[in-house]
Amino acid sequence: MQLSVNGVRRSVETDPERPLLWVLRNELDLTGAKYGCGEGQCGACTVLVGGVARRSCQTPVGSIAGQEITTIEGLADGEHLHPVQQAFIDCDAMQCGYCTPGMIVESVALLRANATPSEGEIKRKLEGNVCRCGTYSRIVAAVQKAADVMTAEARGSRRA
Amino acid sequence: MLELNRRSFLQSLGGGLLIFWDASAQESGRRGGGERLPENVGAWLHIARDGSITGFTGKVEVGQNIRTSLTQAVADELRCDPQTVRLVMGDTSLTPWDAGTFGSRTTPTMAPVMRKMAATAREALIEEAGKVWNVDRASLTVANGSVLKAGSKKMGFGELAAKLDWVSVVGRDGLTTPATAWKTAGTSLPKVNARDLVSGRHKYASDQKLPGILFGRVLRPPSFGAKLVSADTTRASKMTGVTVIRDGDFLGVAATDEHLAGKALANIDAKWEEQPNSVGTSELFSYLVKDASDTPDATYTVSYIAHVPLEPRAGLAEWKDGKLTVWTGTQRPFGVRSEAASAFGLPEQHVRVIMPDTGSAYGGKHSGECAIEAAKLAKGAGKRVKLIWTREEEFTWAYFRPAGVIRISSSVGEDGILRSWEFHNYLSGPSGLKTPYEVPAKNEQFHRVESPLREGSYRGLASTANNFARESHMDELAAKASMDPLAFRLKNLKNERLIAVLQAAADRFEWKKCKASETRGFGLACGTEKGGYVGCCAEISLHGRQDIRIERVVTAWECGAIVNPEHLKNQVEGAVVMGLGGALFEAIDFGQGRIRNPLLSKYRVPRFSDVPKIDVVLLDRKDLPSVGAGETPIIGIAPAIANAIYSATRTRVRSLPMLPSLSV
Repeated sequence: MQLSVNGVRRSVETDPERPLLWVLRNELDLTGAKYGCGEGQCGACTVLVGGVARRSCQTPVGSIAGQEITTIEGLADGEHLHPVQQAFIDCDAMQCGYCTPGMIVESVALLRANATPSEGEIKRKLEGNVCRCGTYSRIVAAVQKAADVMTAEARGSRRA
Repeated sequence: MLELNRRSFLQSLGGGLLIFWDASAQESGRRGGGERLPENVGAWLHIARDGSITGFTGKVEVGQNIRTSLTQAVADELRCDPQTVRLVMGDTSLTPWDAGTFGSRTTPTMAPVMRKMAATAREALIEEAGKVWNVDRASLTVANGSVLKAGSKKMGFGELAAKLDWVSVVGRDGLTTPATAWKTAGTSLPKVNARDLVSGRHKYASDQKLPGILFGRVLRPPSFGAKLVSADTTRASKMTGVTVIRDGDFLGVAATDEHLAGKALANIDAKWEEQPNSVGTSELFSYLVKDASDTPDATYTVSYIAHVPLEPRAGLAEWKDGKLTVWTGTQRPFGVRSEAASAFGLPEQHVRVIMPDTGSAYGGKHSGECAIEAAKLAKGAGKRVKLIWTREEEFTWAYFRPAGVIRISSSVGEDGILRSWEFHNYLSGPSGLKTPYEVPAKNEQFHRVESPLREGSYRGLASTANNFARESHMDELAAKASMDPLAFRLKNLKNERLIAVLQAAADRFEWKKCKASETRGFGLACGTEKGGYVGCCAEISLHGRQDIRIERVVTAWECGAIVNPEHLKNQVEGAVVMGLGGALFEAIDFGQGRIRNPLLSKYRVPRFSDVPKIDVVLLDRKDLPSVGAGETPIIGIAPAIANAIYSATRTRVRSLPMLPSLSV
C-alpha cells in the first residue's frame, strides 16, 4: 500500500483494516500521534488527512490510500516551528504534553478553516480533544495567539 | 552503581567535578572520607571537562514540570544559563535511588539538594580558579559557565573541572542562594523540553522502540478475582508471527505487530471461574459504614474515581544475559525495579528501569504491572516486547482513588465559635483529616475498611474528600449561625497563611458584592495540606436541575517562595479543572466484579466546555521555603462548588460527584 506522509511517499505492507495510528507509529516510526482511548474520544491520535483532522485510531489505513497525511512531525519547517507549535510553547499550553500533538494538529485544521476563530468556536472545535492535565484555557489562548500571528504573517506576505 | 567506588564512577563519566548529596554524611557531619560511594545518596551533579552540567536524580517528570524547576535550581546556584544544564531522571542505572515522585516532595526535598550540590560545585570552581591565578577568591565571580576576575581573567567551568578531577560528598550548608536573590528560579522559564513536546519528538514510554520488537497483549479475566480454568490457544499459536505465553494464570501473546497481537488474543478460547463479588456501586456507602457506631449530624460521600492518565501504562522489556531492562511510565522506577526483581527472582542490580518523561500520572502510576507483564512476554517470546495497556485495561486493572464516607458532628456557640468537632472518615484516607480551624474539643479519625476495588494514591490523596466534607460542613454551620461563610471561617481561624489565601481569593472574587439568586450561586472554601494553602471561590449558574455551569473560579495559592510563576499558575489551573471533574461528574460504576464504565465514552472527564474562567492569585512568600504545588490546589474547588449550589438552591449536596444527586 502506498501512503503519502508529510510529503514523503511511503510503502507499507499491511492489513487495510489496521488503524492508521498504528501504521504510523509501528511501521513508519512516526510516534507523534498518540494512543489515548482507541475510540475517537480523546483526540490524542489526530492527524490531517487531505487537510482535514481525523482520528487516526478510527481510520482504517486502507480507506485513505492516496491522500496526503500530515502528522505533528510534518508541521515544522525544519527547525522553524509552525506558529501553532510556537504559540503552545509561548502560552505554556501543556503539562505532560501527551495530548499536545493532537491538540496542535486539530488547531491547525481549525485555523485553516477559520483564520480568526472566536473563543467559543475554538472550544467547540476542540471539544473532542482531552487534556487530562487541564490546560484548556491555555490551549485556547495559544490558538488565539497563533491565529493572530498567522493573520499578521498572511497580511505581511500579501504586502510583499 | 553503588558498588562502584567514587573514583571509578567519576572516571566512567569522563572525569571532571562530581558532587554527591549524601543525607547521612550531612547528618553526621562527615565530609567525603573513604572511597566507597555513600549508600544514602539523594542526587549527584557532574560538571564535565567540556563544561556540560548534568544533574542526576531519581525523581521523574510526569507533567508537573520538575525537569524545569530542578534545572532552575541548578542554574541559579551555578549562575549559568539553564540551557546548559541537563537532568538525567528516573533511570535506576544512572540515577541515585529514590523512593518515588509523589507527595509533592520534589520541591521541598530534591530542589534544596540540587541547590546544595550546585552551590558546592560553584565554590569549588571559584576556589580552583583562585589557586590557578593565585588571587584572593573574594575577587572572583561566576557567570555564564565561567569564573571571572573583574576585567582581566576568565576560565570556563569545564577547564576548571578538568583541573579539579575531584569527587566531593556534599556536607556544606550555608552556600545556597536565598529566594530574594534568585535569578533563574523565581522566573517563568519555559519548559526546558517544550520543543520536543510540541514537535512530537519526545519519546514517551509508549513511543520507545528497539529493533525487532514484538507487540504484546494480555488476556484479562472477565471480572476481578476470576480464575483461569482452561484456555485453548491452538488457533492463536498457529498464527504466523504469534507467540503465546503462559505462566500460571498469566496468559498473553506477542506478535510482530499490534494488530496481529489483537487478533491472536481474540483467538484464545478461555474459560474462567468467577468469584462472587457482592459489593457494587449501589451498596458501596452502606457497606463502608457497616461497622460504624457514631450517629452523625451529616454524612458526606465520595465515589471511586479513575486517574485517566492520557498515556496509559506502557512497558518495553528487553532481556540480555539474564538481565532485564524495561522502559516504563511510573512514578516509582526503583519500586518497579524491586517488583520486577521479585517477580523474576533476580537481584535488583540485574534489573534496570528507565522512565522517560511520561504522559501524566496524578498518583496513578505507582505500580509496575505493565512493565512486569511486558517482561513476562519478552521472556516467554525470547524477544523484546512492547506492551501498551488499552484504555479499558487502564480503567479496569490499575487502581482507583478510593471512595469514602465521612461523618461529621459538631456544635457552635451563639457567638459563632466552634465548640466541638467530631469527624470520621471511612476508607477514603487520613490525608487532610485534621481541621485547620480552632476547636476546643475535637475527635478526628480515619477508619480502615477493606476496599471493594483496588485503591491507591491520587493527586492530593484523601484531602480532597476530607476538605469537601469539612468545608461543606463549615458552610452548613455558618448558615445555622446566620453568618456569612467568609466571616464565619475567619472567626474560627488563627492560621495566618490560611487566612491570607482565603482573604486573597475573596478579595479578587469580590465576595462581598456577590448576591446569590435562584439561578446564580457563590461559594467559597479553603484548606491546607502538604504545606500549601488554598483559598477558592466559585460562581455557578443554574439552567435546570442537571445543568449547572461553573462560570468563574478564583483560586488563591501559597506554597512559600515561588519557583516558576507561570508553571505554578498552570498547575493550579490544572488542579481546578481536574478537581471539577471529581466534584461534578466523575465516578466509577462497578458491580459483579466489573467496571461498568471503563471507556472515555462512558466515563466523563472535563473538556473545554466544562472549564470556567479561572483566575489564579499567587502569594509569593520569599521568606518561606518552597513546597510542592502539584496536588493541594485541587482541594478547594469541590466544596466551593457545593457551597455555591447551596447559596442558590438551598439544597445541600453531600456527595461527590454532585450532578447525579442533583437529578433525584
